[in-house]
Amino acid sequence: MNPRRKKRLAIVATILIGLGVVSGFVLYALSQNIDLFFTPSEITQGKKDTGLKPSIGQRIRIGGLVVPGSVKRDPESLKVSFKLSDMTMPIVFNDSDPMVTVYYEGILPDLFREGQGIVANGTLTEHPPTGLSIEASEVLAKHDENYMPAELAEAAGQKHEKAGYSAKQLENK
Amino acid sequence: MWKFLHPYANPETTYHFTNKLLPWLTALAALFLSIGLVWALLFAPADYQQGDSFRIFYVHVPAASLSMGIYVSMAIAALCSLVWQLKLADASAAAMAPVGAAFTAIALITGAAWGKPMWGTWWIWDARLTSELILLFLYLGVIALHNAFEDKNLAGKAAGILTLVGVINIPIIKYSVDWWNTLHQGSTVSKLGKPSMSLDMLWPFIFCFIGFALLAGVIICLRFRNEILARNSIRPWVRQLVEKQLA
Repeated sequence: MNPRRKKRLAIVATILIGLGVVSGFVLYALSQNIDLFFTPSEITQGKKDTGLKPSIGQRIRIGGLVVPGSVKRDPESLKVSFKLSDMTMPIVFNDSDPMVTVYYEGILPDLFREGQGIVANGTLTEHPPTGLSIEASEVLAKHDENYMPAELAEAAGQKHEKAGYSAKQLENK
Repeated sequence: MWKFLHPYANPETTYHFTNKLLPWLTALAALFLSIGLVWALLFAPADYQQGDSFRIFYVHVPAASLSMGIYVSMAIAALCSLVWQLKLADASAAAMAPVGAAFTAIALITGAAWGKPMWGTWWIWDARLTSELILLFLYLGVIALHNAFEDKNLAGKAAGILTLVGVINIPIIKYSVDWWNTLHQGSTVSKLGKPSMSLDMLWPFIFCFIGFALLAGVIICLRFRNEILARNSIRPWVRQLVEKQLA
């Protein structure tokens, strides 16, 4: 390579490496804020490295798996409550896991199932019987990266029925 | 080592090379896309939770990975043009930018169309979606810079610098789902080890992916050819070419 090209390559490489390092630092500094949601354990115990904890009354997003058997729906209205626990691989639910209850009124997304990932947006409150909970104004389903045909899913024992709504539940909407 | 590439620094040689390449690329793209899309949209089994909505995957994922792949090739061209001052590298970067922008837009639009029924929202400002939107703006900036200067060399230089600075966004898009928690799911196909998809769903995807990549190749070749002609319009070989076409 002739010296002029070498010099230009050196300049370009230095600028790129410099920019890379700078943006690396910026992203590292912002890493807590880029997360879309808090996990249930982060709400109860604080973030892992900073100990940052959301306060009561703060508006936050929570993300976790719907604990099987915890979904309670009011037969008369669209009110629903369910517990969320951390997303872990492999998926196991223990009663001792940190859990946060979510209260919501409205139609749940199609992919809402027990054991499915959910992101809810709402205010953190303290309910006497259940402890920390979220009064959600929006519930979004988080789909995982696994795709499979129905026959395979049934063979693996995956539940996949949707939550239906009765006419009575929908009439007060 | 790179000696075999030297003749292609000449625009005329490269023009004739793209001419020879085009029919092959077009035929292969048509073949792979027709097999892949028919297989994916009609014969692949529906997903156990999402039903038929998951089929948007076969357009969304190739579009999204190509939007990043085309950007990386554009950045390599920009580097060659800045360091070795190859005029053709500028022309190829200018040819690639709108194609990449189109694939980015397709990825964003198909993603939103899938997100509404599945997640319950068209858009959310999570790391993956936001960084992909930034990629679209980078492409638009590069296109604007290529057209902002009368002098094509100056335009190439300005656009090249923006392209190289924007490369930082590519690993951020790719790893956003691993570094931060996002609503967007992790990667299905490019996972080390085995992909999280059953094989009768994966095969049509491979055909679709190769098909869309070839389609991108065809469009870029066509645009590259036009760029070469437009930038060399005063050269005798272009004039001869035009006279032959008119005769």
